[in-house]
Amino acid sequence: MLRFILWRLLQAIPVIFVVITATFFLVRSAPGGPFDSEKAVLPEVKRALEAQYKLDLPLHEQYITYLGDLSHGDLGPSFKYPGRSVNEILGSGLPVTAELGFYALSFALLIGVLAGVFAALKPNTRQDYIPMGMAMIGICMPSFLLGPLLVLIFGIYLDWLPIAGWGDLPGDKILPSITLGSAYAAYIARLSRAGMLEILSQDYIRTARAKGLPEWRVVTQHALRGGLIPVIAFLGPAFAGLLAGSFVVETIFQIPGLGRFYVQAAFNRDYTMILGTTVFLSTLIVFFNLISDVIAAWLNPRLRAQFKGGAS
Amino acid sequence: MRLFRLFLPACVIAGMLTACGSGESNVESGNANGILHYGNGAEPQGLDPHVVTGVPENHIVRALFEGLAVKNPETLEPEPGVAERWDISEDGTVYTFYLNPNARWSNGETMTASDYVWSWNRALHPDTGSLYAYMLYPIVNSEAYSKREITDFGEVGVKALDDHTLQVRLNAPTPYFLQLMDHYSTFAVHPETLLKHGKMTDRFTPWTRVGNIVSNGPFTLEEWSLNRRIIIKKSEHYWDRDNVALNGVYFYPTENVISEERMFRAEQLHYTAVVPLDKIPDYRERPDSPYVQAAYLGTYYYLVNTERPPVDNVLVRRALSYALDRDTLTRTVLQNTAIPAYSITPPDTLGYNPPQLFDYDPAKARELLAEAGYPNGEGWPGLEIIYNTQEAHRKIAVAVQQMWKRELNIDITISNQEWKVYLNSVSQREFQVARRGWIGDYVDANNFLDLFITDGGNNNTGYASDEFDDIILNLAPKAKTRDERYGLFYKAETMMMNEMPIIPIYTYTSKHLIHPSVEGIYPNLMDSLNLKYVKLHPGRSLSGEAN
Repeated sequence: MLRFILWRLLQAIPVIFVVITATFFLVRSAPGGPFDSEKAVLPEVKRALEAQYKLDLPLHEQYITYLGDLSHGDLGPSFKYPGRSVNEILGSGLPVTAELGFYALSFALLIGVLAGVFAALKPNTRQDYIPMGMAMIGICMPSFLLGPLLVLIFGIYLDWLPIAGWGDLPGDKILPSITLGSAYAAYIARLSRAGMLEILSQDYIRTARAKGLPEWRVVTQHALRGGLIPVIAFLGPAFAGLLAGSFVVETIFQIPGLGRFYVQAAFNRDYTMILGTTVFLSTLIVFFNLISDVIAAWLNPRLRAQFKGGAS
Repeated sequence: MRLFRLFLPACVIAGMLTACGSGESNVESGNANGILHYGNGAEPQGLDPHVVTGVPENHIVRALFEGLAVKNPETLEPEPGVAERWDISEDGTVYTFYLNPNARWSNGETMTASDYVWSWNRALHPDTGSLYAYMLYPIVNSEAYSKREITDFGEVGVKALDDHTLQVRLNAPTPYFLQLMDHYSTFAVHPETLLKHGKMTDRFTPWTRVGNIVSNGPFTLEEWSLNRRIIIKKSEHYWDRDNVALNGVYFYPTENVISEERMFRAEQLHYTAVVPLDKIPDYRERPDSPYVQAAYLGTYYYLVNTERPPVDNVLVRRALSYALDRDTLTRTVLQNTAIPAYSITPPDTLGYNPPQLFDYDPAKARELLAEAGYPNGEGWPGLEIIYNTQEAHRKIAVAVQQMWKRELNIDITISNQEWKVYLNSVSQREFQVARRGWIGDYVDANNFLDLFITDGGNNNTGYASDEFDDIILNLAPKAKTRDERYGLFYKAETMMMNEMPIIPIYTYTSKHLIHPSVEGIYPNLMDSLNLKYVKLHPGRSLSGEAN
């Protein structure tokens, strides 16, 4: 297992390096620069600004300088927000986005697993069609539609919940978490259903039932562990996706997370911010994929045996 | 154990739900505590007056800092700020500001004239990279210093005569100079604070952070949570503290205008930066409507590249302008939220009214197009309008495209471009017709007309006229009276609009939702707000009921 983890970590290094290099040269090849504005910038001012941000150096020198800074964990100063470093901006947005992602994923797991298991117990009946139909709606409904809909119902008409902010008013984390988690809940429901259906047809489940175990114990003690492997495998990329894809929800609910910086950086040609967020999120995606692979391997006895065999 | 693992997420959700309950709204608690909740449009880039450039920054910086003179919130006339009075020499070129001896920095130190000399040195120094350095260009030698043509700031026309007297020498009489003193780029900063965190010209130091910043305005910085909120509170040392009614202001970066309007409806905000267009008719119909609209010092127009066919022909440019039904466009597409424009300078800019050389006249438009060699659109080579990607710009471009097709039988292509790509296309003159907007920095026609100086940084049209340049750069600044000056502007603007390097479309309006409990926010041409004068009245709610 340790060899597997080390091997995956080694694979990650060239992946991240390629991401950095490609992003660095791609953003600089885009038309327009960070200091372009609707009002003309005096050439003297532009020169001074470029010198301050080292944009007056040849491109390869800028690249080498950036890599040097990056090796010390320094992502550089933001072009859009003078006086703020990219590290600082990431540091301020990440906890919020991570918290939002955690709540959204918790909601998705709770609803998705319950609906999936419920549907798998009686396939091709009403008990299956209703939750799966709802899951299909959940997958199809984009967050930019669901969010405002929830706001209108629970925030404006019923006046139960605040409609914006994060941690400012009681209950203001509920609507964004549900909005972000809904699509994932729907995926998880479908994955759980498929996984459970496969497991429930296995011989050892038939044996458990033949021994006279009540159905709830068959499900919770025997079927669930195997049935949820596809869900576990999905969790890593899902969490990374939640972190990187929370822009819409953060914008609708005025949440001070990372997503807004990530998207706006590209529009602003905030070179260091684009690079910083891309490097950071790609590292997270690689890391979460690794974690979910390890957990999936740990849950699956056959895979576990394979690793043990490979390691010996 | 397994059950526990499965239902851990359930516990998390249950925890979230227990925190549920909408409780007291921001407006209710704000009214009770003297706190204004303000939708500010976007996260400010920063709070350094010599570095920032945007509208959201303007609102916060002008609450934290104060200029030598401030604008009256209703009339926009200059009033005493840090300077309690000023003298202007007879020839209008020497201003002497007498600083209020009670004007203090937020750390309690007295403000001095030398603080201004130091601050204007910083604002003009090319290494600071202030995009608004030109606001100080009326001062003798300031432009040369900013362009490194001279390096000794002593040669610039700013001098501290004593601790409380500042003398400023101008190149020419500048009637709008006092207005510039209320622009944040001319504000003083606290020299010792900046030097504690870096060099005078550094842009990256943390001197504007909570705990570091020393300012001189009616409010001080209390909290700055990125992308969440900025909190300011009433200053202890402000010279006019007794007349500041608010105890504090919460600024929210409300980038999503639809969310912002919902926040206002849910009484989470007292004031919105903008109003979504489709919500305006509904708000207008309400009794005691919170919707406030006022003329705004800005023009929306199409920039024409006069060096590219077919718009290199002035007859074509005029035909296009005559064929545009601005009344219909502002009434339908813009829902009466804009005023049809026929020139670059907005009407009644401090008493100046621009010429109107044309109107909607399709017959005249067809005649001009035929004269240009395209009768009934025959032989028309095609024309492209570019605009930066935004729904509002697209709607206008589509309407213009249809009007030109209907009246002139010509085909127009419309193309959207991402913001920086669009800026690049305009600055490189890689366009035929491009959307453009200009918002005045100060209330004076000069701020609009000097855009069209030959080879000026903002003149991307190819328009060039020695006579126009001479009027704007030499004759108007030396005019003895306001009438003479406005007469020269009128002449220059008539010359320019005859050549039609732009096709004016509409004059902007400012649009806000203001809660009935708020007093002291007055509609004005600059959309200028001085938070010092704002008051809150508990007991007024959006629905008209007492809360």
